[in-house]
Amino acid sequence: MSRTNTKLNLQANSWVVRIFLSLFIVIMAIFILGPLFWLAIRAFVTGWTFPNLLPDGLTLRWWKVIAGDDSLLQAIKNSLLISPIVVAISAAICLPAAYSFSRYEFFGRKTFIIGIFAANAFPKIGLYASIATLFYAMNLMGTVLGVIIIQVLGTVIFMTWIPAAAFGAVPRNLEDAARDAGASKFRVFRDITLRLAMPGILVALVMSFLAAFDEAQGTYLVGVPTIYTMPTKMYALVLNYPVQISAVFSLLLAIPSVILISLARKQIIGGQLAEGFQIK
Amino acid sequence: MATSADSVGLELIGLNKILGGRTIIENLDLSVKKGEMVSLLGPSGCGKTTTLRMIAGFLIPDAGKVILAGTDVTTLGPDKRPSAMVFQNYALWPHMSVFKNVAYPLKIRKLAKDEIERRVHDALSLVNLMHHKDSRPSQISGGEQQRVALARALVQEPDILLLDEPLSNLDAKLRVKVREDIRDLQRRLGITTVIVTHDQDEALSISDRIAVMNDGRIEQFSTPQALYDQPATEYVANFIGSLNRFEGSFEDGRVQSGDNIVGIRPEDVYFSSHQQPGSHPATVELVVPRGHFFEVYLNSNDHKIRSFMSSEIPQVGATGFVRISKALIYKDGKLVKVA
Ligand SMILES: Nc1ncnc2c1ncn2[C@@H]1O[C@H](COP(=O)(O)OP(=O)(O)O)[C@@H](O)[C@H]1O
Ligand SMILES: [Mg+2]
Repeated sequence: MSRTNTKLNLQANSWVVRIFLSLFIVIMAIFILGPLFWLAIRAFVTGWTFPNLLPDGLTLRWWKVIAGDDSLLQAIKNSLLISPIVVAISAAICLPAAYSFSRYEFFGRKTFIIGIFAANAFPKIGLYASIATLFYAMNLMGTVLGVIIIQVLGTVIFMTWIPAAAFGAVPRNLEDAARDAGASKFRVFRDITLRLAMPGILVALVMSFLAAFDEAQGTYLVGVPTIYTMPTKMYALVLNYPVQISAVFSLLLAIPSVILISLARKQIIGGQLAEGFQIK
Repeated sequence: MATSADSVGLELIGLNKILGGRTIIENLDLSVKKGEMVSLLGPSGCGKTTTLRMIAGFLIPDAGKVILAGTDVTTLGPDKRPSAMVFQNYALWPHMSVFKNVAYPLKIRKLAKDEIERRVHDALSLVNLMHHKDSRPSQISGGEQQRVALARALVQEPDILLLDEPLSNLDAKLRVKVREDIRDLQRRLGITTVIVTHDQDEALSISDRIAVMNDGRIEQFSTPQALYDQPATEYVANFIGSLNRFEGSFEDGRVQSGDNIVGIRPEDVYFSSHQQPGSHPATVELVVPRGHFFEVYLNSNDHKIRSFMSSEIPQVGATGFVRISKALIYKDGKLVKVA
């Protein structure tokens, strides 16, 4: 706030500006944080009857309901298990591809890059529907493998584009210097290329995890009725359980995002990424 | 160039390199003695970096041989060659401290920790950078980064040191100091060195010998003095120093009609108000101060000729006599006579 004011360096109407800015920030905060706040309260109260200013009472009942409901626990377990596997598989497939995209000129390279983009521009549900018919033929409907494949597809764009840019941004003469110092090609990749591309790769891993963890459309289409993850279970929750259960579930769903983003925040904003790009 | 094998530091034999369908280096020979400092000098794009990268192992020649300290390394990768390179923009690793940058080549060689510690300390002391050993490259100045790059190369105790325009990213004042530092170090360590530059001052001031390159070939390879006094080709004469260039012949101390090329260094042109043997009438057309000397434009017998003078500077319009002490005569681009 005070910095904004110094910058604007207004005198006569500095009060007007200050009030206006404060108001703007408060409104934005309510708009963004309000629903989350409301959700968080919902997860811990017995009920909230309309004209009352305060909730009817505090309780941990809804958390206990989830802890005692096998189908809900199974969904949480599935999510926590499947998402890391999806990220690992996606990384194993896409990172080498990203490296090749950034370093080698090969036949069909452009087509491939545009193809990845086009697949994401296309309405997803249509893509999933056609994949579903394929999965029926291959007996992949309702299987964990089917769900994993459909989720991997959703992460491909993050896991190729961001790392490809990160690999591409590593100056070639830094690699040459390491070769000259006596490093083998593999060591150069490990000590220099991979190391300098790491912030970008971390961002890609986080984005992919969140995309997989949040994926509902494809997972629902392929997994139901045997495999439920947390997001697909939400459909059932909204219809069949008290609204507070959904609130609790939403909070649980948000936990990984909050943890990952706060962990990666330093890497993304302050750390290696910024420093890495200072070199020309 | 018949020298015994152990006094030759580097030998390039008939190098050819084609890049992007174009012949960049054509039949290039070069023999550098052990402990010698040699410059590759030429305009931008003439193939200096390409040549250096073939010596370092980043490029494999399409034909020819690279022999380092008596060993044929033509097909070895850069990691297998006893050479160390200082890159044009230093190429320091931004994620490592100054110490770690210099230690990396030794870590790869799997030296003991205290040995690494000692040698990095020595290398950093050599370039006066011990106080910056824990800094990141981004935290030190360009000149300091340059010295780290030098330390990183020297710490490997290479048979040959390769420098690609090591001074081009420094400001003019620093450049002179650093080039003297490099020369001093090179002499003290007695390390065979090839330095690439497009700056003739730089090449003339620090090299034992200079290879002047033109369009992928070496035009002349000799000492700075020989290069200046007896440029073997018209190209070299034009590239090194200043030159008055005439079409004609040189007789009786003046340019006459003819079909050769006459090159005259402005330093070899003297103007005086008195007639002397071999001097001819001339008028002063323009005088340009150049700092520690003056550039005097003369007209003698309808030939315009420049002279560098540092004392008794004449006025514009003055008449007197011009004497030419030396002329270089070229035929088909090659030196045929020094008159
Ligand atoms: N990888 C490459 N592909 C095609 N042409 C190249 C390549 N590398 C260099 N060249 C060309 O080779 C010529 C010599 O380049 P270089 O050795 O870098 O010159 P210098 O260092 O003397 O300025 C230039 O014309 C350049 O465009
Ligand atoms: Mg170059």
